[in-house]
Amino acid sequence: MMRGLALAAGLGTASALAAWAGEVAPKDVVFEGGAIAASLTGTPGNPEEGARIMTTNALGNCVACHAIAAMPDVPFQGTIAPPLDGVASRYSEAELRGLVANAKMTFEGTFMPAFYKTEGFVRPGAGYTGKAPEGELAPILTAQQIEDVVAYLMTLKD
Amino acid sequence: MRSHATTLAAAALWGLGSLGAALAGPVEDTLTVTTDAGEITLVTTAPAPEHLRDVFDTIYSGWHFREDETRDLERDDFDNPGMVFVDRGRDMWNAEIGANGESCASCHGGPESMKGLRAVTPRVDPESGKLMLVEDYINECVTERMGREAWGMTSNEMKDMLALISLQSRGEIVNVAIDGPARPFWEKGRELYYTRFGQLEMSCANCHEDNWGNFIRADHLSQGQVNGFPTYRLKDAGMVTAQQRFVGCVRDTRAETFKAGSDEFKALELYVASRGNGLAVEGVSVRH
Ligand code: HEC
Ligand code: HEC
Repeated sequence: MMRGLALAAGLGTASALAAWAGEVAPKDVVFEGGAIAASLTGTPGNPEEGARIMTTNALGNCVACHAIAAMPDVPFQGTIAPPLDGVASRYSEAELRGLVANAKMTFEGTFMPAFYKTEGFVRPGAGYTGKAPEGELAPILTAQQIEDVVAYLMTLKD
Repeated sequence: MRSHATTLAAAALWGLGSLGAALAGPVEDTLTVTTDAGEITLVTTAPAPEHLRDVFDTIYSGWHFREDETRDLERDDFDNPGMVFVDRGRDMWNAEIGANGESCASCHGGPESMKGLRAVTPRVDPESGKLMLVEDYINECVTERMGREAWGMTSNEMKDMLALISLQSRGEIVNVAIDGPARPFWEKGRELYYTRFGQLEMSCANCHEDNWGNFIRADHLSQGQVNGFPTYRLKDAGMVTAQQRFVGCVRDTRAETFKAGSDEFKALELYVASRGNGLAVEGVSVRH
């Protein structure tokens, strides 16, 4: 969905198409252990945008499960998962990219959803409509959104 | 139990106490309901049924996980917004809606004749071998005995009637059969319960078995019991059946849901109901 929109919006502008071509597609991501060494887009992430994605329901909604004391204005942070404060002191950027893209490569069977994955689901739907998707499934977050989230996580040092 | 420890630790460590997240476990409270016929105390916690012993020690009604104001609405039939729908169901019960002027009452007498049914459904009908929800029994009468078109699974008529019929079993202990002819349906339901659906790859168990007591954003996760259904849901300002709730929970995993009344969700309702064997039917509960 989001990808479709991005594509449609980008059609006609050569630079947007070039950026698209430079992205690593979900199927082509190379994991080393749980980590992804290279940027998915080549464009540095924007930490402010990352923070917005992490607190927006329809996007990352990371705070549904994780508490982040560095975001005191965000109410009702979840108690499902480890808090993310200091996470950049525990993990490298490559490990964090891997965790956000597909945490199951780091923690087998984890409850955490894979945000950059498009295959291998049981009855995937079209977003939160409850209906079957039309056409190809888009990842929950775009490649650039993953980079933005990683950029924000990198600010969470002890 | 593990989830409680985690939550408490989380609240202490990350200073979330002020957000109310520290209220982790089920609230300790007793549900005594004031009804026209006096007071009745409902069993809202019970030892886990045998088949769940390796998972839970104790089972809890979802009532224990709601805020004070929401819990209070269920303590008095006068305050319970679900009772309006029960009344509508009673009118329909007495209405001569059949092709030949039959009403439910003309065959069954008063709605009290339905006492006990809710506590043992879903169940396998011994004659047809089909798994029957209360909704299926209702539709069997509507179509075969009254000559009408079937009611939609989540239509207003259906939900009103379900509310009336469920209320007749209020206080009775849920005891759905899981053996004999029910076994294959139950096993199918159990398989669905542990299947990680959708793009979020989440099973019922991920939320209601591994994380009950925890908060997923502002939502205090319960054990996902169906003993309270149908429920008046404040968020929807209307009645919600167990089948509808399943649709909602599966949709929230970014999955293509099954339909209310599908074979899959019927089997799932039997399985989920069996996880609540030991809790009281709440008739029409109130949730947020
Ligand atoms: C549905 C719950 C859920 C959501 C939503 C979620 N996570 Fe997680 N996350 C977990 C769980 C559970 C773990 C712990 C891993 C394990 O043991 O399974 C985890 C682990 C992590 C870790 C490693 C933390 C550590 O200290 O080991 C990071 C980093 C992380 N998540 C980031 C994110 C980000 C960023 C998002 C949103 C884009 C997110 N998570 C969304 C459940 C979730
Ligand atoms: C992403 C998390 C999540 C998943 C997965 C999930 N649920 Fe839920 N469920 C909730 C939340 C949040 C609520 C509302 C709070 C509560 O009662 O737990 C809820 C409520 C319920 C309730 C109402 C309980 C009551 O007393 O009002 C039932 C029944 C239920 N879920 C069953 C299921 C079943 C069956 C499945 C799998 C098909 C499922 N849930 C999957 C999050 C989830």
